[in-house]
Amino acid sequence: MELNAIVGSVLKLGDDVDTDAIIPARYLASMGTSRLTEHVMENFDPTFKMRLRENRIIVAGRNFGCGSSREHAPLVLKAAGVQAIVAESFARIFFRNSINIGLPALEAPNASSSFNEGDRARIDIDRLEATNLTRGVCIGIRELSEPVLSILRAGGLVKYLKAKGEW
Amino acid sequence: MTLSEKILAKSSSRASVSPGEIVTCDIDLLMLHEITGPLAVQVFEEIGFKKVWRSEKIAVIFDHNIPASDVNSAEQMKAMRSFVQKQAIERFYDVGRGGIAHQILVQEGLAKPGSIVVGADSHTCTAGAVGAFAVGVGSTEAAAILGTGRMWFKVPSTVRIEVMGEVKEPITSKDIVLEVIGRIGASGALYKAVEFSGEAISKMSIGARMTLTNMAVEMGAKTGLIDPDEVTCEYFRSLNESIEVLTSDRDAAYERTLSLNSLEIEPKIAAPFTVDKVMDVKDVEGERIDQAFLGSCTNGRLEDLRIATRILEGRKTHRRVRLLVNPASMKIYKQAVQEGLIEKLIDSGAAVCCPTCGPCLGMSQGVLAANEVCISTSNRNFVGRMGDRSSKVYLASSATVAASALAGEITDPRRFWN
Repeated sequence: MELNAIVGSVLKLGDDVDTDAIIPARYLASMGTSRLTEHVMENFDPTFKMRLRENRIIVAGRNFGCGSSREHAPLVLKAAGVQAIVAESFARIFFRNSINIGLPALEAPNASSSFNEGDRARIDIDRLEATNLTRGVCIGIRELSEPVLSILRAGGLVKYLKAKGEW
Repeated sequence: MTLSEKILAKSSSRASVSPGEIVTCDIDLLMLHEITGPLAVQVFEEIGFKKVWRSEKIAVIFDHNIPASDVNSAEQMKAMRSFVQKQAIERFYDVGRGGIAHQILVQEGLAKPGSIVVGADSHTCTAGAVGAFAVGVGSTEAAAILGTGRMWFKVPSTVRIEVMGEVKEPITSKDIVLEVIGRIGASGALYKAVEFSGEAISKMSIGARMTLTNMAVEMGAKTGLIDPDEVTCEYFRSLNESIEVLTSDRDAAYERTLSLNSLEIEPKIAAPFTVDKVMDVKDVEGERIDQAFLGSCTNGRLEDLRIATRILEGRKTHRRVRLLVNPASMKIYKQAVQEGLIEKLIDSGAAVCCPTCGPCLGMSQGVLAANEVCISTSNRNFVGRMGDRSSKVYLASSATVAASALAGEITDPRRFWN
């Protein structure tokens, strides 16, 4: 399956955004993602949900998603409307979790300096390009190795394994 | 090859591997707990799996929010118990029968040298203390392993941390690892394996080593490891478990080596709100605290309870401070009772509670109110980690936490050491 380009506005975050910031542990005992979504990023930035209404492509710095392995973190971001995350680097568990649930997590070394909050962005995974349409600047996305690309193309690990049956 | 490379090669049936290669490995042990486990079970069923690949290779351990603090939490555990029963999983550690998962995996000999251990928890890397390749994953990945017994890995390059000298109390392995994180940074070892070696490590107990590997993930590392040695072999002999010893080759290729001398290391502390904001305890002495927490997968072992008791014995904690002590497992708890440590801790004013992760992640048994300050032996000090978003967490050794509980403010443990 081809991955369509994702077009949207940018929500800008910094370095070392941790999974406790994305969804505090005290809510994890409730299983429903819809209820968790109410609390997305509440410790980190109470205005986050407002910002997310307009801006659905997260652009961040280093080590995005560090800390706890909770898959609830990418799940609530996805459920809250995030379409893709472009960061200079990801914490490895968060990266795998995002890909496994079909949320594009893409590394771009110059992400932070190339986008501001509210800029229009076009993310083309097939061409490995992130374009700032507001500024007319295009930066490279780091290549995705296999099986990462295939899992993402399938729409996540559940669909990948259902189709393939095994590794 | 390094130890990581050897384990990944063996588990993917290859003669050798090198950093950057993608390999699919057979998993020797999968750990689930009651918070990430239910989602893994849900996804397992969604994929269409009916039976787990090998029930004897799965450990289910309740630790995050035990005993259940509310109805939702109780329901999660109930759902996991039913999965355990349906799948005939014998390695099940319910409330009162185990303790913190990362402690149980090593304590019960489930994580073996040279094996691949995967856990649905980021601090699974703790098991690298006995020479396992141990990594944390999310719930969907865990579900795939439940069904297939396999997982893909990108072979990491290895960073070697060489610690010379000898660690002398009240300095502990916690001070060493905080120093390392301060130097490497919170993302300095991203995607890499971190191997601890050197004279100081060879003299450490398995418990002290677990504190080092536990915090590898706080530098971004995929895992932390220590070559099995005589201490490791003796440990498994005491458990009556046979092991296969794999170690890094003398000519293994490391991405870089960081050397430090433990004799030059002062008591260390990580200030809010990142784990790499590391400084000497003496630089923040005098900061008032409301709570002191001794426990967690980082520092809830006998070594920790002993050093804290040595400082607290015959003294009273500051009246403004509550000291929480959660031994990392029921076995440690019992040993601490037998050694007389618990009585002395209670006499000093400590609230000794059951093994759980609760306080460390603000779930139960010690959540912080607005603007409160806690000094903790745990491993994370992010915004709101232990409670309200305005609360603050300082990370330090068991000795520093005990000394600070006495003084009511952050205190160098050497002030109470004789």
